[in-house]
Amino acid sequence: MSLYVFLTLGVISVITALLMVFSKNPVHSVLYLILTFFAIAGQYILLNAQFLAVVHIIVYAGAIMVLFLFVLMMLNLNKDSEPQKSATWKLIGGIASGSLLITLVGALRGSIQVTAPAQHDNQVGLVQNLGRVLFTDFVVPFEIAGILFLAAMVGAVLVGKRDLKM
Amino acid sequence: MLETIQLIPIEYYVWLSTLLFCIGVLGVLIRRNAIIVLMCVELMLNAVNLLLAAFSTYLADGQGQIMVFFIMVVAAAEAAVGLGILVMIYRNTKSTDISLLDKLRN
Repeated sequence: MSLYVFLTLGVISVITALLMVFSKNPVHSVLYLILTFFAIAGQYILLNAQFLAVVHIIVYAGAIMVLFLFVLMMLNLNKDSEPQKSATWKLIGGIASGSLLITLVGALRGSIQVTAPAQHDNQVGLVQNLGRVLFTDFVVPFEIAGILFLAAMVGAVLVGKRDLKM
Repeated sequence: MLETIQLIPIEYYVWLSTLLFCIGVLGVLIRRNAIIVLMCVELMLNAVNLLLAAFSTYLADGQGQIMVFFIMVVAAAEAAVGLGILVMIYRNTKSTDISLLDKLRN
């Protein structure tokens, strides 16, 4: 059962990712990427990483992609204003990424050995357990992430201001 | 779900993540719209996130999922600043074509 769910979600995510890369209209690209993210959230649920699934949907589909869509619509980009690379560059890019895929597959094949612990705890992805780890072992990185967000917020406002009078 | 771990080998997650990562690389290489390029970078980050979460679940170790959480934090900050820079570039050049941004050349 879960193998079929995995395969379905995997096929959906790969197909929508390819459609995202190849679609001419940028707005369609954003919408396809949102579908990819939902498929990946399904994978998280399959892995029983419930916290990650919820955060993934909220942060990616809810915040980041809405930001992308907002910027696309604000700049009024559509099919006509879409710049295209020449066929030669597309071919070179395809060959390069295909080579990367072949290299990674060749390097990783047969080299993955995971020995699961004897007493397997499948509750590790729940909010309670992750929260405990986050606020005990990772409390300093968590605070630093807050400072990073503050810096990013100040930076985004500063970059986006129209005329900066110092 | 213990069933997931018994039925799906970890290799399947590795192959899926590899494929998604390479699609992201392909998008970065063949697209010229800077916003699409940023989206492809997000896709590559997500491929790595999926792999980290899979290994975290298979090894029953929560630290991998904390790592994914921090990657999401950094991705959100990166998207906000990157899109701010893109809007600024669009105001100056009236385009989001990355091949126009070769002012540092020569």
